[in-house]
Amino acid sequence: MLQTAQRQSKTKKPSPPHERFLEAYRWMLLTRTLEEKLVSLYRGGLITGGVYIGRGQEAVSAACGLFLQKGDIFAPLIRDQAGRSAFGEPLLDVTRTYLGSREGPMRGRDGNIHRGRPQDNQLAMVSHLGAMISVTVGALMAKRFKGEKGFIGLACIGEGGMQTGAFHEGMNIAAVEQVPLVIVATNNHYAYSTPNDREFACHDLVDRAIGYGFEGYSLDGTDLSACLEVIGGAVKRARAGRPPQLVVASVLRLSGHGEHDDASYVTEEIRREPFARDCLKVAEQTIADLNLADAKTLTEWRKEAAAKVDEAIATAQKEAPPEGDKEDWCAISVRDLVESPE
Amino acid sequence: MSITYLEAIREAQAKLLRDDERVFIYGQDVGGTFGGAFKATKGLAKEFPGRVLNTPISEDAMVGAAIGAAIEGMRPIVEMQFADFSSIALNQILNNAGTHYWRTNVPVPITVRLPSGGTKGSGPFHSQSMESIYAHYPGLIVMTPATVEDAYTMLIEAVAIDDPVVYCEHKYLYYHLKADKLPTEGVPTGKARIAREGRDLTIVSYSAMVHEALAVAEQLAGEGFEIEVIDLRSVKPLDTNAVLASVARTGRLLCVGESFPWGGVTAEVIARVAAEGFHLLDAAPQRLNAKDTPIPYHPNLWSAHRPNAKEIARKARALLRE
Repeated sequence: MLQTAQRQSKTKKPSPPHERFLEAYRWMLLTRTLEEKLVSLYRGGLITGGVYIGRGQEAVSAACGLFLQKGDIFAPLIRDQAGRSAFGEPLLDVTRTYLGSREGPMRGRDGNIHRGRPQDNQLAMVSHLGAMISVTVGALMAKRFKGEKGFIGLACIGEGGMQTGAFHEGMNIAAVEQVPLVIVATNNHYAYSTPNDREFACHDLVDRAIGYGFEGYSLDGTDLSACLEVIGGAVKRARAGRPPQLVVASVLRLSGHGEHDDASYVTEEIRREPFARDCLKVAEQTIADLNLADAKTLTEWRKEAAAKVDEAIATAQKEAPPEGDKEDWCAISVRDLVESPE
Repeated sequence: MSITYLEAIREAQAKLLRDDERVFIYGQDVGGTFGGAFKATKGLAKEFPGRVLNTPISEDAMVGAAIGAAIEGMRPIVEMQFADFSSIALNQILNNAGTHYWRTNVPVPITVRLPSGGTKGSGPFHSQSMESIYAHYPGLIVMTPATVEDAYTMLIEAVAIDDPVVYCEHKYLYYHLKADKLPTEGVPTGKARIAREGRDLTIVSYSAMVHEALAVAEQLAGEGFEIEVIDLRSVKPLDTNAVLASVARTGRLLCVGESFPWGGVTAEVIARVAAEGFHLLDAAPQRLNAKDTPIPYHPNLWSAHRPNAKEIARKARALLRE
């Protein structure tokens, strides 16, 4: 897509794919800025629990969020901040959740990347990997029952999560139900500290697609233009009624599992692989090569991203935390049925 | 006309499908012309096309899909072929459905039907009673109907409740229990029922064990004892007040449950009575559960593994002597 564009005059006004590329880049930039700030807050002891970032996976994730429309179902996972933002999650949801504000969507009841807004079709992940695939399938079945047409679901997973029983059941039932689903699986080459050779033994994870009745596509997840083309294509095919789609993207996780983890087990050898490139730098190189935006504009965007992040953090930091003696300790919504043994 | 416990479950589902377009049934072999391993959905797929759906043998995904559909406004009923297999779906039930309202403020109105409890020859993997596990986790309602009437009205109420409900229907009662007609109204969820009034001893039970307790009460009436039998109906919420009120009348408590003995519903009832009604007790409260082994296959072993009327009577007599 961009190679074709590259043959055009650099002085020409960017075509729509370029605009989408830049839009995706800005979500990536915002995510990188936000997550670097979260890391620094964590290291400063200002965040309780863990911080889990998507460094190196922003291009894949941004493409996921970008192609979804209002009413689509999105099931992001641990490293999908870019997709969450592109799908419409306010930055305040992130900072409030990480900083423990009671104003956030999880109100201190759950933290970090477990947040969601199911009422707005952004599902709230559980840590048990693979579980959200079938949930997304069910949400799409509900849309079919209700006669709502044209909507798709997109669920993210990693190569680690692909090895669970829940993932297998979810993929199979998606194909049985023939729901308009896209699974974007990012192989970041480590399940916490465990490398691929102890995770699976098949030649290529995308080969599993045909076994489930999915259509499968591979992707260089460090290349934003490829992400937009392949994930955009999968979304389009799902929306058009094709069988469920599996996209397997290859990247290297450019961080620890969480910020508590120094990732010392990541070998020098793997860091030299093509998939170890930083997708943000690759995107910036493309912007420079194709003259999609000038240096001044990029500086402006960086400043703008930093200002948005700072504002969201400052707001959340001013807000009160939840308090045990004021908490509504009810795990169910029907109050008459709440147990209160003392 | 008479209607069985199993037919009541089928009729409740037929009514739910008829009255509420948000309802669908999802489970192994529930659809087509088969109508479920126990025929609890017999004929429903034909009567309600596209709403009674067979699934792969994927308990996790069945419940996961139900959760997603419920978030999107549906009222799914998941049939587990046997309660035992719901262990495969524990993650979705406990960690996803059970935490969802608390975490996100969005309730998950799913109903998971568990054909529960032992029948002769069913062995370790087709006989389990899982109510104590589900009751242990936050965020779930756990129903254990013991009568045809409750089987009907509680299932209808389960689907109406905005929170996840684990509905434990007892397989032994499927064909053994009959009623003349179905009720139009039921006792509210969370309220226990006095199945038989008495003044000498309270036996608290639920599900199939209620009937064993009633048999014992009848037997001991011949010996001059008046035994009160409380049917909990739902183990979560647990009607502690009804139990305490009964113990206040009798001064003696025996809890009977079919599930394994470590922890569980009977332990919970006794803990509550000991904590809140210690002064009401004239004797140490007792409980009776199945043995702490897997459930045996052979009828001779099975009938000795679960609490039975003989064992309950022995325990009751000992308590009455104290």
